[in-house]
Amino acid sequence: MQFDKPATTNPIDQLKVVGKPIHRIDGELKTTGRAMYAYEWHDPKLRYAYGYPVGSAIAKGQVTSIESAAAKKAPGVLGVVTALDVGDLQKGKLNTAKLFGGSEIQHYHQAIAVVVAETFEQARSAAALIRVDYAPEKGAFDLKAEMANAETPDPSTEPDSSAGNFQAAFAAAPVTLEAEYATPDQSHAMMEPHASIAAWDGDEVTVWTSSQMIDWWRSDFAITLGMDKEKVHLMSPFIGGGFGGKLFLRVDAVLAAFAAKAVGRPVKVTLPRPLIPNNTTHRPATIQRIRIGAERDGKITAIAHESWSGDLPGGGPETAVMQTRLLYAGENRMTAMKLATLDLPEGNAMRAPGEAPGLMALEIAVDEMAEKLGMDPIEFRIKNDTQVDPENPERPFSHRDLIGCLKLGAAKFGWDKRTRPATRREGNWMIGVGVAAAFRNNLVMPSGARVRLDQEGIVTVETDMTDIGTGSYTIIAQTAAEMMGVGVDKVAVQLGDSRFPVSAGSGGQFGANSATSGVYAACVKLRDAVASKLGFNSADVVFENGEVRSGNRAVALAEAAGHEGLVGEDMIEWGDLTKTHQQSTFGGHFVEVGVDIATGETRIRRMLAVCAAGRILNPITARSQVIGAMTMGAGGALLEELAVDTRRGFFVNHDLAGYEVPVHADIPHQEVVFMDETDPYSSPMKAKGVGELGLCGVSAAIANAIYNATGVRVRHYPITLDKLIGDLPDVA
Amino acid sequence: MRAFTYERASTVEAAATAAAQNPDAKFIAGGTNLLDLMKLEIEKPSHLIDVNGISLGSIEKTQDGGLRIGALVRNTDLAADETVRRDYALLSRALVAGASGQLRNKATTAGNLLQRTRCPYFYDPNQPCNKRQPGSGCSAIGGVTRQLGVVGVSDACIATHPSDMAVAMRALDAMVETVKPDGAKRAIPIADFHRLPGDTPHIETALERGEFITGVTLPAPVGGKQIYRKVRDRASYAFALVSVAAVIQPDGSGNVAVGGVAHKPWRVEAAETELPKGARAMASALLADARPTEQNKFKIRLTERTIGAVLSEARG
Repeated sequence: MQFDKPATTNPIDQLKVVGKPIHRIDGELKTTGRAMYAYEWHDPKLRYAYGYPVGSAIAKGQVTSIESAAAKKAPGVLGVVTALDVGDLQKGKLNTAKLFGGSEIQHYHQAIAVVVAETFEQARSAAALIRVDYAPEKGAFDLKAEMANAETPDPSTEPDSSAGNFQAAFAAAPVTLEAEYATPDQSHAMMEPHASIAAWDGDEVTVWTSSQMIDWWRSDFAITLGMDKEKVHLMSPFIGGGFGGKLFLRVDAVLAAFAAKAVGRPVKVTLPRPLIPNNTTHRPATIQRIRIGAERDGKITAIAHESWSGDLPGGGPETAVMQTRLLYAGENRMTAMKLATLDLPEGNAMRAPGEAPGLMALEIAVDEMAEKLGMDPIEFRIKNDTQVDPENPERPFSHRDLIGCLKLGAAKFGWDKRTRPATRREGNWMIGVGVAAAFRNNLVMPSGARVRLDQEGIVTVETDMTDIGTGSYTIIAQTAAEMMGVGVDKVAVQLGDSRFPVSAGSGGQFGANSATSGVYAACVKLRDAVASKLGFNSADVVFENGEVRSGNRAVALAEAAGHEGLVGEDMIEWGDLTKTHQQSTFGGHFVEVGVDIATGETRIRRMLAVCAAGRILNPITARSQVIGAMTMGAGGALLEELAVDTRRGFFVNHDLAGYEVPVHADIPHQEVVFMDETDPYSSPMKAKGVGELGLCGVSAAIANAIYNATGVRVRHYPITLDKLIGDLPDVA
Repeated sequence: MRAFTYERASTVEAAATAAAQNPDAKFIAGGTNLLDLMKLEIEKPSHLIDVNGISLGSIEKTQDGGLRIGALVRNTDLAADETVRRDYALLSRALVAGASGQLRNKATTAGNLLQRTRCPYFYDPNQPCNKRQPGSGCSAIGGVTRQLGVVGVSDACIATHPSDMAVAMRALDAMVETVKPDGAKRAIPIADFHRLPGDTPHIETALERGEFITGVTLPAPVGGKQIYRKVRDRASYAFALVSVAAVIQPDGSGNVAVGGVAHKPWRVEAAETELPKGARAMASALLADARPTEQNKFKIRLTERTIGAVLSEARG
């Protein structure tokens, strides 16, 4: 199905199932431990062996030798496969750093061997016996130091944009702001570590893994292993979080495959937690410079956003300037990105790549500018709202209600009670409130599905879509139920299997809207097949209450299916509506914090998000996405930083004791409100993504609240107490 | 983790004897730190002596009106003990500020004292560490040091001791009671129990090989306002950047020990005479010999301000 015209009324608009607060249909499996995650697959007929990975002890250089004789002799060991054994491998198309193979070390903890044994404990013990000699090389590890050497990245990343004459307008503006901001490297820190099982059958391999994108992984796995993609079967029905860390093929799958081949048995490999931050990808640090010029009435006349980030050779920039091209009006504008070569682990997508760190900076800058203008920061944002792409004013937003989000949020939050900075105290707590706009583009991806109707009247959806904890199972069931006129109890959903039609996968907050649209398309085909089989005119057929009706004829779906059943398969594909119209999601984040006047500890007291993201397919799972994202934003504001050892070239705090993410005690009352809206330009579902929107702007709202509480402006995340304590009032 | 042999000891004598026979042995009780370190091969005992079966799990009054805490009293039970909560509230408060409920259920009094540092370089076997591999050098110095020590540090090591409980015990003048493999008993003042790193940061306590902690005694209750203030980045389940354990008497005198700043709970009795002059004077004497890094020099000001907050709370 080609989606190239705005959606009109369709069966989804009945909203009998879609849009209802249905608890996740896989919830019982998860709460009872029966949802099988990658490492837990267990076929009693198979004798699994266990692989334990070895990571490089240096950040850059060559492996000159790997001594594995002692490991091979250790109890229970079945084999050792080293990077030197397998030699140089072709890299997956979507990987920047090579995952395995050959002597070159590109980053710390790059996998250089896997030790396979009868038990996990034997493999781990033997892995410590591997001795490696290296020829280390000097590397670049410090973004600040490499800023001067940073270059304009590949044109496909749209590194530069401009409209009007920024320089002249900024010079002429009566009120201006220029400031530098910094965001640190962050780790996805998902609950389920990367894990895979590989089992060969002749020249074919089945891999149970933890992947957000089945087809991307399957392609890159085949390239890396040098085999035919058709001979790779990938399974990832349950995923314990990804946040972008599982978008691209990871080395656990590659090591499991080599290990399984070497020992002739299925092999399980998981990455130990201390290996994950340096072995896998991370959100790259940024240094950002923002300049805003405005008239005294608050109208922005000039806005510029520049960002520096680093990556390994062949990598890309963190696109932290992108939202600034679209969020606020202003005739004269420019953005620029510069990319430095760093020999740290690969930087890549983490939840809301670009917008998350970009808004961490921009939305502090907007708060600072509002203060310079003597304006309320909400009023300032409203004044500079735009309903068109500011660089290209003929191109409207498909639907944009940022103002509605801010106004509703302000009313619900009690924004009018905000006081001047550093004026509100409760005991030892300095209290402040902050606001930030949320903005994230609505991406769409082609997405396929197959829908079967059987003689019991059960509708089964098959798609390689993944559920990374987001609720894909549930919203797909709701979509199929709505389309086929049944309840979700009559729908079975099968996900995460490469034998199923290729879907959007989970990432970029495109999963929910794209994958349900693919299911919609397949259901249209199935409805046609049902109508056609019954000789009904498909234009006036009604699917309702488990029946299909045309005029006064009604047939139960089960009967219509017959014993051979019926199948509909299709793929949603997208026309140029995303080009003619800017499709984005919007929101307002409101936060109240307390800052301890003696110690500078910040504790969040309440959070509110108001989100405008098209039709909300399921308010329960959507809310879960947003509160999870708000929690991640709290971590980003206050805690999370992969600390770089700029001498040795690695992230030092590479476990969950050192890399602190929020715990329950950090998270107070969270409230989420969804604007009641639809966006017919987005898809037949009229929905948009929400899982990343919930993160965008949260950290800046917290930063702004800290400023309001203390009068201290911190522009370098995370805002830990050491950055405040020098400026807090004397209390002794 | 290296393969190891394992035995259960049911008496103190049996544990000490077993340790004497195998110099490479470790005692294990709660295992909340030791097992993690064994998985990373930072600890590589060839033999474990499980002491959980020894009857050292009680809390009793001593003859001089103090309290004896058995080595195997779990942190949760110690924090919840009625006498501790009434007479040594500082200890209870420090305990519940540490770790998580699950860890406190397992962790023991002796094990808590013997926790090893959380320096990230100690935890990464690829990096030189004088504590893990004597003589290999300290990779933390000049690296990421925000969490690390500011006072009592050496050129060989700037690690901190991670315990909350031990900081409270230091302020309460606890004694650590032990038995050596030859049966000799001794009581070590907690001030002398943990060592500064010096040139031998791998030697962390006054314990001799095979020496076994049987318990901790506290002197008779001293009253006063007992406050444990732990400062950390997140609200729970994090090690202290700085913690202050204080017993402040109505006349303004008191005992103050500080955690998160040194290789041991940091207390300078002479500095306590400055208490009546306020936090700045007290902290300045307490941290007179501090040698912070650029990344952790904030701990100096933080210590002073936290002591200030504690004194203000005590006055309140």
